[in-house]
Amino acid sequence: MENPIIELNGLTKTYGTVKAVDDLHLTIGKGEIFGLLGPNGAGKTTTILMMLGLTEPSAGTAFVCGVNATTHPIDVKKRVGYMPDSVGFYDNMTALENLMYIARLNGIPEKEIEKLSRQTMEMVGLGGEMDKKTGAYSRGMKQRLGLADVLIRDPEVIILDEPTLGIDPSGVKEFLSFIHHLSRQQGLTVLLSSHHLYQVQQVCDRVGIFVEGKMLVEGNIETLSRSLFGEESFTVRVTVREPLPASGEPVQELEQLAAIRKINISGKTVEFSCTEDMTPEIVRFFVEKGFNVMGVHKKEFGLDEIYERYFENNLKKNSSDGKSGGLFQRPFFKRSKIQ
Amino acid sequence: MENPAVYFKGLSSKGVKYNNNVQPVVSPFSVMVRKEVADHVRSWRFIIMVGLIVLTFFGAMYVSLSNIRTAIANIRDPDHVFVYLKLLTTTNGTLPPFHIFISFLGPLLGIALGFDAVNAEQNNGTLTRLLAQPVYRDNLLLAKFTGALIVISVLFVSLCLLMIGGGLIITGVPMEPVEFFRILGFIVLSILYVGFWLSLSIGLSVVFKRAATSAITAIGIWVFFTVFYNIIINVIVTALLPDKNFMQPDDVVAYNNFLMNLLSIAPGQLYTDATTTLLMPSVRSLGPMTMEQMAGAIPSPLPLKESFMIVWPQVSGLISAITVCFAIAYYLFMRREIRT
Repeated sequence: MENPIIELNGLTKTYGTVKAVDDLHLTIGKGEIFGLLGPNGAGKTTTILMMLGLTEPSAGTAFVCGVNATTHPIDVKKRVGYMPDSVGFYDNMTALENLMYIARLNGIPEKEIEKLSRQTMEMVGLGGEMDKKTGAYSRGMKQRLGLADVLIRDPEVIILDEPTLGIDPSGVKEFLSFIHHLSRQQGLTVLLSSHHLYQVQQVCDRVGIFVEGKMLVEGNIETLSRSLFGEESFTVRVTVREPLPASGEPVQELEQLAAIRKINISGKTVEFSCTEDMTPEIVRFFVEKGFNVMGVHKKEFGLDEIYERYFENNLKKNSSDGKSGGLFQRPFFKRSKIQ
Repeated sequence: MENPAVYFKGLSSKGVKYNNNVQPVVSPFSVMVRKEVADHVRSWRFIIMVGLIVLTFFGAMYVSLSNIRTAIANIRDPDHVFVYLKLLTTTNGTLPPFHIFISFLGPLLGIALGFDAVNAEQNNGTLTRLLAQPVYRDNLLLAKFTGALIVISVLFVSLCLLMIGGGLIITGVPMEPVEFFRILGFIVLSILYVGFWLSLSIGLSVVFKRAATSAITAIGIWVFFTVFYNIIINVIVTALLPDKNFMQPDDVVAYNNFLMNLLSIAPGQLYTDATTTLLMPSVRSLGPMTMEQMAGAIPSPLPLKESFMIVWPQVSGLISAITVCFAIAYYLFMRREIRT
């Protein structure tokens, strides 16, 4: 990577005998939005704390903006805005006072603090509520205030730990698109951790899937799905009104197309697995053959599928090794089977 | 989050403004101290503690003012010339004098200001947020301690100034410099004493995750030292050491000194000993004195320097107790995981 802003080399953290983070290598370039995905307890927060120098790594190094976070945490913290997962505020102070306190700690000149704080509050959409005590704030408002906290310092890197936790869906969308805008316009590097895969895939340039302290895979979502699902990276499901013959008479013709690898017929629905997007061709074919098409559904592999697939593989591997999978893997595994 | 465009306008102008600023910037430490002081002053528990202390102060002052005439007229008392020291110590038996009150209420004050210093921040999730700012971790602990100490100092100084001013108006007697320094010494001692409990409770707030646990533990330690410590020491000493009645005079002195040293471990004892010596100039020694030592001594107040010499071990004991508690808190906090 040309311009690495976060560089983790063999980062390891052990608590007793438990390895929370295990030999992590990660490079994030400037202006990138990176999603750190993983189930609870995967070591995401520990990794982030090590990047900020708030926790000492057992081995390895974390360089942020070219500074060693373990030995020079203050220099790192000057450039990095961090929003913790359960961000807390002083409930006896108003939101504005909370923000101004952070601004003061960051050495923003006293004269500008109030104006800047008010501006930042307006930006995150809390303009009307800035004189309320934070004790009366809802979860979503606190999250916004947390973002204001991060933004008021004008950081180079923003690290958000579970930023979408506890916000309603429309709030999440707004929040993420705001971050996306910000990153694009300011060239900010954003690292966000989440276990909400669907939300994260909307904004991230690259994601890394992080399980049991190990980075299983990283890359953009397309690469991930291609490497994982191989040939079946596109699936088109067509539903027709009348049940199709079990032999699949007319539909079989489609198999001659090179891009279609597999056809599954069950009652009224046909599922095509293709190597590239064949939706128009398939629909045209159905219409020409006089089928009454009720619905066409193109299944894109999102992170959910990638995630599940990884757990599935991981579990299989583990059980073939004679080890039982981690506790947290079971529900995922089961769910994917039921679906 | 309404309109990102508005935000960028603000941000870009801001970036220009404070990147090349020349005005002095307040250090994060003093910002934190300021916030701590503001928090304490506004908190209910501090207001209640101050109410309690002010009440006992006025109670003690009332009693001493109504008895000051007889106390000063008592020529047999070598301290009768020190009107202001008498104001602090005179009592007719209905209420204990102010410094005895402080030896009880001071710990409560210190514990109230410190018991949730670190764990409340951690439980509210503000600790991570705070430490993600460019501040040193030890600054937080130091700011907690300094902030509370400033509040305590202001409280004691203003109470004593109130006493001096009131005394000046009521009695019309000018103040001796010696008295002023003794009262100053008393103020410093009181601050140190409360500071000990403060650093102890801050230490406990680092150790225990829950504020209630650390408060109960701190109060437990306080009760132990005020109520049980003396009893336990006496029981142990009578059980292990031979009976005092069958000892040589030299051994009796050694025995008493040993007992004194053991009792002096209790910070309350250190404080009472030291304040008594400072506020009652005729106190010559805290330990037993032999007849030879007493022979030829005129019952007169000690010079200021001598009194300070007597209380010096007590003062250094208190300071070292504070330092030890704080160092332990510091050690635990620096290595500690800060996540909630």
